[in-house]
Amino acid sequence: MTTSSEDVLLQVSNVRHKKGDGTLYVMSERIGFMTNNSDTMSSCYAYTDVKMQKISSEQKQKVQLQLVFHSGESVIFQFVCPSRSDSVTNRDAVKGYLTKLLPKFQKKVNKELEEKNRMLSSNAALFQLYRDLVITKIVDAEEFWSQHAPAYINKNGASQQQIGVPGNFLVNVKPQTDGCNAIKYNLTADTIECIFRTYPAVRQKHLEYVPHKLSESEFWVKFFQSHYFHKDRMHTGTKDLFSECAKHDDQELKKELSTVEQCEVNLNAFDNTVENEGYGLDSTEASTGSNNIVSENLIKRFNHHSIMVLKATRNNTEQLETESGSARKKIRLLNEDESCELGDGETKKIEKTNINLSKVEQMINGVKNPKTKVRNLHAILHKANSMRDKVCYDILHYRKPPGTTYLTPSAAVSALGELTPGGLLMNGLLEDSQSLAQLVPSDIEKEFRSLYLTICELLRHFWACFPPTTPTLEEKLVRMYDALRKFHQTKLNTFENRIMVECSTLNQQLTAHLNLILNTAYEKYNNWQSKRKFPAGVPIN
Amino acid sequence: MKLMIDDLPVFFPYEYIYPEQYAYMLELKKALDAKGHCLLEMPSGTGKTTSLLSLIVAYMHAHPLDVTKLLYCSRTVPEIEKVIEELNRLFEYYAQCNEENKMTGLVLSSRKNLCIHPEVSKERDGKIVDGRCHSLTTSLIRDRHKAGENIPVCDFYEKFDAVGRDAPLAPGVYGLERLKQMGKQLGLCPYFMARQAIVHAKIVVYSYHYLLDPKIANVVSKELARSSVVVFDEAHNIDNVCVDSLSVRINRRIIEKAMGNIQTLEGTIKDMKEADSAKLREEYARLVEGLRDAHAQRETDVVLANPVLPDEILQEVIPGNIRTAEHFVGFLKRLIEYIKSRLRVQQVIQESPASFLKDISSKVCIERKPLRFCAERLASLLRTLEITNLTDFSALVVVTHLATLVSSYTKGFAIIIEPFSDKAPSVPNPVLYFCCLDSSLAIKPVFDRFQTVVITSGTLSPLDMYPKILNFQPVISHSFSMTLARPCLLPMIVAKGNDQVTISSKFETRDDISVIRNYGQLLVDIACVVPDGVVCFFTSYLYLESVVASWYDQGIIDSLQKKKLLFIETQDAAETSLALVNYIQACESGRGAVLLSVARGKVSEGVDFDHHLGRAVLMFGIPYVFTQSRILRARLEYLRDQFQIRENDFLTFDAMRHAAQCVGRAIRGKTDYGIMIFADKRFARADKRSKLPKWIQEYLTDNLTNLSTEEAVQLSKRFLRQMAQPFTREDMLGVALLSLDQLLEKEAARMEAEEEEEVPR
Repeated sequence: MTTSSEDVLLQVSNVRHKKGDGTLYVMSERIGFMTNNSDTMSSCYAYTDVKMQKISSEQKQKVQLQLVFHSGESVIFQFVCPSRSDSVTNRDAVKGYLTKLLPKFQKKVNKELEEKNRMLSSNAALFQLYRDLVITKIVDAEEFWSQHAPAYINKNGASQQQIGVPGNFLVNVKPQTDGCNAIKYNLTADTIECIFRTYPAVRQKHLEYVPHKLSESEFWVKFFQSHYFHKDRMHTGTKDLFSECAKHDDQELKKELSTVEQCEVNLNAFDNTVENEGYGLDSTEASTGSNNIVSENLIKRFNHHSIMVLKATRNNTEQLETESGSARKKIRLLNEDESCELGDGETKKIEKTNINLSKVEQMINGVKNPKTKVRNLHAILHKANSMRDKVCYDILHYRKPPGTTYLTPSAAVSALGELTPGGLLMNGLLEDSQSLAQLVPSDIEKEFRSLYLTICELLRHFWACFPPTTPTLEEKLVRMYDALRKFHQTKLNTFENRIMVECSTLNQQLTAHLNLILNTAYEKYNNWQSKRKFPAGVPIN
Repeated sequence: MKLMIDDLPVFFPYEYIYPEQYAYMLELKKALDAKGHCLLEMPSGTGKTTSLLSLIVAYMHAHPLDVTKLLYCSRTVPEIEKVIEELNRLFEYYAQCNEENKMTGLVLSSRKNLCIHPEVSKERDGKIVDGRCHSLTTSLIRDRHKAGENIPVCDFYEKFDAVGRDAPLAPGVYGLERLKQMGKQLGLCPYFMARQAIVHAKIVVYSYHYLLDPKIANVVSKELARSSVVVFDEAHNIDNVCVDSLSVRINRRIIEKAMGNIQTLEGTIKDMKEADSAKLREEYARLVEGLRDAHAQRETDVVLANPVLPDEILQEVIPGNIRTAEHFVGFLKRLIEYIKSRLRVQQVIQESPASFLKDISSKVCIERKPLRFCAERLASLLRTLEITNLTDFSALVVVTHLATLVSSYTKGFAIIIEPFSDKAPSVPNPVLYFCCLDSSLAIKPVFDRFQTVVITSGTLSPLDMYPKILNFQPVISHSFSMTLARPCLLPMIVAKGNDQVTISSKFETRDDISVIRNYGQLLVDIACVVPDGVVCFFTSYLYLESVVASWYDQGIIDSLQKKKLLFIETQDAAETSLALVNYIQACESGRGAVLLSVARGKVSEGVDFDHHLGRAVLMFGIPYVFTQSRILRARLEYLRDQFQIRENDFLTFDAMRHAAQCVGRAIRGKTDYGIMIFADKRFARADKRSKLPKWIQEYLTDNLTNLSTEEAVQLSKRFLRQMAQPFTREDMLGVALLSLDQLLEKEAARMEAEEEEEVPR
């Protein structure tokens, strides 16, 4: 083990570890143990790996300190000073240092871990891959994260995308009575986030009050009791916590109002003539004063709420709003013109923002309850798999030179007709394929699919190494080849064996294609290997 | 394309033409030939403006002596801008074809929209802009400035006065922006440039008021030739504009202000008497000679002219008892005291102008004749006293206008004094209405003066009503429908909710909780199905408020917010604008929104919800006007007595034109599509249905007239699925859109058919 040049924070002798007595060194980044009669560290543990420390209870005879690692393993240091009290003080000193040091590293580690954990849990495919590759030790974790994961993470881009604000998020907080004069609010983290984003003033208040003056729950109770939440209540008194928020909102609204002047739809600017007081029959000033103030307020709040929600959503894509009102107006006018002209309707110059979907299937099929969603996902995956198989098959078996036509279009169409379900040529095949689909039990199907997923991922990396022009690529190629081999042996073979046992009728049919693509890869690899051994420049004799 | 309408070559600035545009131009040509007035209804979005402009411009080219000028009146600034845009296109097309075109097209708007003075133009209120402009440009201020006093004047006007008058505008189209830009470049005042140019310009685009309101028309549109063509676009509300322009409303505040004005006047007269009594004597002498050439009026001096046509008055001499300044002020004092005493009533009073005159004569000894000259006399006095800020005296001007009107017209008017408003009977707020009951009075001079007046709009049905209430004989009146390649509008009458409860905004049921709930359910269901924007119209603002409040209690708002963002029109124009801007953004961002609005409100009159901004329009109830209003009652009575129009007919007509106006907001062209839902059982009745415009009626088949919410939602779903398919010009070509060849073909086929018909006869 390495001797460290780090500063040693604490040195404790009379420690027994792994059946040897020695000295324990507490250093700034790790903890080390040196047996009495050697001058090198016999064992050394980085703090980043340590999950927690435990100490033996006071009643116990032995004075021990245990370090539990993230991997689940643990090591024990026993303090064996002549007197028990010395041992205890020693141990406590170590413990004190560790409690100070560990959190620093833990935070760092935790963040990374959490992030990874989150990615895994939010991304089923990635998780599957992780299970197949890392846990089976075909690929080590570091490589997995650096090589395989990014493709999945970037493809989805889910982590960067913010969730929009629904219009009715306050409704979900429906208060419920629990039968004994108490009211329960359903407040979720999402809702809180929505409230904060929609009403920045409330966020401000929350920052001001929460840890110091009120507890989190007290704050929200006050919020829901306030007039601010209840739209039909009036602002009364100033003792309410949120009356300032309301004032702030009013000010914001006024600011907005002053900008209306330049907007494309300014109702005030519609009038072409100047109205003089005293002419005409519509008495405008008479109608305003005598209305129901509560409902007027209610309407104002609804408008305000919608505007705020819209703004909260818009903040994500702020850059759109740079255009000035008059320019927009011009565009509108021009557009109207074009739509009169007709046909150019598609070329409207309204900026389009692309939707960045994290779950495309949800967009296509609509959000359904999770169970059906999973099934859908599988169905789609299945389809995709079979499609890919077909394409692979076609490519592998395609030998004809392109550019020449062998069939007349009409003949091709009729042939296609015969080949579609219900056609003449499909009679036998249809039943066959059906039976194959029916024969496979669902758990095997699931496993089979994950096998495909993993092998394809590995193969993707494998093929990406060709042509191996640099040493690093060559190295990676070898590694990938090994990984494939390993995976073939550990996973695919066991799977095949299992099929043999469980449903022998399928036999090799199911995995035939998998073997095929794997063998293609091996062949390619062997070719390359042999070529490397006898480089092209040297003739073989 | 270049096409022939009868024997008239018309340059049409588009490659293709709608069949109805062609028909429209044919009818318009007939009216121009006949030198008579006409009434044409054509759905919005089918290119009314272009058709009108291209035909009339072509006609002016072909017959330069018969038609010398086109006065195009529209209502709002955006509409006027649209007209200018079309005119631009037309002129460009003329240039493309190398056709000679020496015409000038011009827009005239209020100072608020045209001012370029660095400080004045920053003001937002039109009244203040006018006032400040006056205080910088009135003749006396300028005289005093010239005399070396250190008072500010408007440089732009000064330069215009010095240089701009003689230089006519070059041919071309001058929109608001171009005028302003030109004004800035040359340092000339665009407003007065435009005012002067309308005399020479061939095409003038401006607001209704410049022709219909005598107070303004006398200042602006004095010298326009008879051989002009006047177009009133979006004219479905023209009768209201007419009525408003001759009505006066006096409340306590105006009286108080007028009293203040009188005191100022007295003070000024006293000062002047001490300083320069010659001036007052001079004025007196002038008044003895008569008003006609009393003063060479300067264009900048007059804010509002006499509300009555001058010719009737100016023949005569100002009566003696109001000639001296002190006498006149005393006279005004008595008049105001009298009105004040009348406002002290406890119950509602309605009387005719004649009895009002009789009463005023017996109580304060004011006779009819001096009353008639009131407005003119005050204007003269204000000039003599060198009062610059005329807007301060607006209250007094209103009072004198009332005096002149009440003594000039004895028929077609009513005086109504209400001690309090109907909405708040406990708050005393006396108002004296001098209301015009006869919309034909204000428009009569226009009909008499110009050879052809075209009244057109997307919604004029029923066509026979307008000639009656405006009292004119159109030579042509026609309603065009819309030829469509696909049924792009889906009108439906929803008569009952899912629970089979009849829905109606009838007075008896409008506050019924189940009706309100069914309205809400309908809206929520529609919001679930319809993408992007949904617009709802309520019959009145009060109803909107109460419905929203009960929807909030019933949780309907919550389920609505689940689907779309909610925006509501308020009575504050600025707030509504903000809501509208956000509504548009919500629609554009794909989020979708619901706008609750009011029929007869500003939104229903001025804002278009084209394409995705309004995929569905819901009309909750029939937008009857508030029938208990005494002004309306008086007008209905008058209409019944004078024009034999039954009360119910007029009310229904009025309600239906507003309903049509509201739902018509959604369809702004042939590529557009939208759902129109009339949510009231009464719409299905024949008298209501038949008053809808023809182009809506055509698609409102019997199977769509008695639907429940569920059925309407199903139909909407199917409709939207069809409409969402791609739609290109090729789909419409030959059916709803014609190239020149196709047009000629069709025309030939029509001629042939006509000939064949004639032969057997």
